[in-house]
Formats: sequence, structure tokens, C-alpha cells
Amino acid sequence: MKTFALLTLGFWLLVVMLGHAIGLNPNQIDLNAILQWPSLQHWLGTDDLGRDILARVIRGVEVSFLVTVVVTAVTMTIGLSIGLVAGYKGGRLDHALMQVTNIFLAFPGMLLAIAFAAVLGAGINNLILALCLTGWVTYARLSRGQALALRQRLHVLAAESLGASSMRVMLLHILPLLISILLVEAAYSMASVMIAEASLSFLGLGIQAPDASWGAMLRDAVRFMLVAPHYVLTVGVCMMSLILAINLGGDVLRDKLDVRSEARG
Amino acid sequence: MIKRFATLLPVVFGVLCLTFALLHLVPGDPVDVMLGESASAADRTALKAQLGLDQPVLVQFGQYVMHLLHGDFGASIHTQTPISQLLWQAYPATLLLAVVALAIGLSIGIPLGIWSALKAGHWQDVMITMLSIRLAAMPAFWLGPVLMLVFAVWLGWLPVSGMANATSIVLPAMTLGLGLSAILTRMTRTSLLEVLNEDYIRTARAKGLSERQVLLKHALRAALLPLVTIVGLQMGSLLAGAVITETIFSWNGIGRLLVDSIEKRDYPVTQACVLVVALSYVLINQATDVVYRWLDPRTRGTQ
Repeated sequence: MKTFALLTLGFWLLVVMLGHAIGLNPNQIDLNAILQWPSLQHWLGTDDLGRDILARVIRGVEVSFLVTVVVTAVTMTIGLSIGLVAGYKGGRLDHALMQVTNIFLAFPGMLLAIAFAAVLGAGINNLILALCLTGWVTYARLSRGQALALRQRLHVLAAESLGASSMRVMLLHILPLLISILLVEAAYSMASVMIAEASLSFLGLGIQAPDASWGAMLRDAVRFMLVAPHYVLTVGVCMMSLILAINLGGDVLRDKLDVRSEARG
Repeated sequence: MIKRFATLLPVVFGVLCLTFALLHLVPGDPVDVMLGESASAADRTALKAQLGLDQPVLVQFGQYVMHLLHGDFGASIHTQTPISQLLWQAYPATLLLAVVALAIGLSIGIPLGIWSALKAGHWQDVMITMLSIRLAAMPAFWLGPVLMLVFAVWLGWLPVSGMANATSIVLPAMTLGLGLSAILTRMTRTSLLEVLNEDYIRTARAKGLSERQVLLKHALRAALLPLVTIVGLQMGSLLAGAVITETIFSWNGIGRLLVDSIEKRDYPVTQACVLVVALSYVLINQATDVVYRWLDPRTRGTQ
């Protein structure tokens, strides 16, 4: 299982790099060769504009990786800062911040991201913005809970009584102890960010034509499912393998960092 | 009971603020975005007045809340149909879809989870776990088309999309339900394995009860309790997850209404859909909490 996850992740990274090395043309239109079945020339066939599906899948995974990494980094940083301050400082500030997270949590799944993306307008920047605006909440709650428990620890009390500033206590004495749990959460949530990106693109709210993205490709593929079922199948299988690998990678990370699964918020 | 629901007020108020703010997050002038370049000045002023955008923000918010309290969601800017009417048509369809999906998820997930836990470590357990991990990695916008391809196009057993037949609900509900069953299988397995390690299960076995009795009378009751919370949380995700599924299968529910309104830039409808789904989610979660407390003797009497 573990080797499968790492091999799949490695495979996709290698494919993206190879794609750059040989210079793919994911947007090259060939109207004489639309919706073709896989052949030696086009390994995964062609789409409705005669573009090579393999080249577009590879470009799609690149965009997907990019969005996922940016969104995860940003949301984790924002969530961590808010949760750490709320949990450590406590009091009114904590109360207010937690009320705000409760409001965000009242919107199930991707509903709020869809709403934000809808009013902000389509495009990759707004897509990232919409996912960042909604993604920080889980990190904030998780790190707040941890900070709340950790601030009673002896080494924290010792540092405080030696006159360490709250900034110093938070960064040097609390943060190192909660970061591993947060990293595991980030690993798991990368899969959901990837699905969210694809969902928004599927709804036409994300990455815009002619740029390749898995969500937009699936949207096209569904339209041409009757004549070219290989299109929807290949894109879907690629996407599933990557999501599966990320989830299993999360399991590996969890075991390595020795975070109990119950600790996930 | 009333007190419990009163604690929801701040959240409900926050949800109102956020949905109200949506219209103001539109870059530039929302009226320009909605009507496009070619609209006349008179049309612009009329829409501005209809949406109340010509007034100070606080007055707008006050009116927004007052209208909502009277059940008035405004009107679609394209057809002038009252939004409450659109919601009345769409909401039952989404609810039906969610309930059927939940039934599918439960009836597949719980038995598989129990089986998997009883056979823990055997090949059956490994198979079920592998299957549920793979199913959980299949987003609705892929699982849906695949189901459609196999059962509607190739086998021709079920209608491709729409709501014309009674069997139309099968594929969209399967799409949502199968994903849910994967989660429920894993939760049931973990929960049951935990319970089977408890002392009182050992006691039950020691006093000579058959495995069947141990399972049915002692283990399952405790093991399935945490699922109530999961089901409550998932019900909300089903309402929201229906957005994609409804779009794929042309199911005329809230999700489709939402996507349509986004495509037509009919923002008042978008706002109303988001608000209604979020409020349903809050209510369902609160209700789940109440049901859980009522079911679990350990939490009875505590607040």
C-alpha cells in the first residue's frame, strides 16, 4: 500500500517533469482528428477539438498540483495563526474567533467555495482565493484545540514564568508540538482541495478554456460520453489514482509522525 | 430544547451576514455584472432599486433580514418569479434525493462494515477496505458519469437523466449513496472493533451467550451510536454534494437551481440557494445532536 502510494506520486511528478522536458502541446487543435480512440500517435486518444488527451491530462495534473499546494500552504498558515492565538490567549478573542469559524462551518462541503467562486468570477486566481477563504477553518479549529491543551503543559508555564513573551511561547514552545498533527491534516486535506478544484472547474467556475484542468476535461468528456467513452474513463482513472495516492500518503505520514487517528478534528 | 435552538442564533445571524455579503463581493458594480454591457440606464436604475443597492449598506441588510423573516426571498432578476416559489419546487427534489442516497449508503455501508469488522484481518476485510478506499477516492463528477455510462448507455437499464420516470432517481442517488457507503463502512468497522474489545463484551461471551446474541444485543447498539453523528454531518454534505450530481443527471433540485443561477448571474437566486442549504445543514446538525443525546444513556441528564 505504502509503496503503491509513493510510486504513484513519484510517477505523476516524473510525468509532469517529462512533459516539460519534451515540450507538450496540450492546446494544439487538430480538427481532422477529433474524439479519436487511443492510437500510437495519441496514446490516450484525442478530445472534441482533436487535442491530445495525454498532453492535457499531464497539464491538468500540473495545474491541480499547483492549486493544491498553494491553497494548502495558505490555508494552513492562516488557520494555524488564528487557532494558535485563539487557543493560547483564550478569553474574548478566542470566543469571537470561534464564533467566526462556527459560521464558516455552517456551510456544508464546498457550498461556500462555490458561492465565493460564483460571485468573484471564474479564473484560476479567483478559484484559489475562493478555496483559501473557506479552507482555513479546519486548521484553525484543530490548532486551537491543541494550543488550548498545550498551554497548561509544564514547559510552557516554565517559559512564561521566566518572562518569555507570548509570541515566543507560541512559536517556540507550542507550535513545534502541534505542527505534526497539522501536517497530517494537511496531507489528507490535499486530496479534498484537489477534488474541490476539479469540482469548481467542472461547474465552469475554475480554470477556463483553453487551459487544461481535470474538472473541465471531465465536463467535456461527459458531453461526448456516447461517442468517446475512453475520454471520461481515462481522465477519471488518472484522477482517482492521484487522489488515492495522496490519501494513502497521508496514512504513511500519520504513522511516521505517530499521530493517533482520533486526534484528527 | 428551545434553549438548545436559541444557541444557534449567533450562527444563523452570521450565516445571514455572509450570504448578504456575497452580493457585495462581486468585483465592480453587481448590477453591471448581472445585466451586461448593453443594458440601458433605466434598467440599471430599476434593478438597483429592486435589489435595494441604492441605499446604505446597513439599511440594505435590515431590509434583507426583514424580508427573509416574512419568507420573502426577492425575485429572480431574469424571470421575476418569486424565489420562494423556485425554492418550493426545487427543495423537495433535493430532499428526496438526499434521503434515498442516505438509505442506499446506510444499507450498503453498515452491513459491509459489520462484516469487515467480524472478519478483521481476513481476506474479506482486506477486500472491503480496499474497495471502500477506492470508492471514497471517486468524486461524484466521475462516479456519476461512469454509472451513467454503464447502466444507462451500455446496459440501457435506467434512464440517462431527467426526472421523468420513477427510476430516474436511481443513478443520482447511487452516485451520492455509494460515496457515503464507503465512509459508513469504514466508520462502522472502526467503531465495532473498538466496542468488541470492551470488557462487557467479554462478560457477555463468558456468560455463554452465542456470538450472534453478543453482536445483536450488546455490541451493535453501542457501535452504531457514533454513526448518528456521522449521518447528520453527511446529510448536510449530501445536500451540498447534490450540486454536482444534480447537474450531471439534470435533476431539478436546489443544486441545479444554484448552478443555473450562477451561469445566468442571477445572484439573488444564488444567495437564496446558499442560504437555504446552509440553514438546513445547521438545523440538521442541531437535530442530530438532540437525537444523539436522547439515544445515548451516558449523556442523558448532562447538558
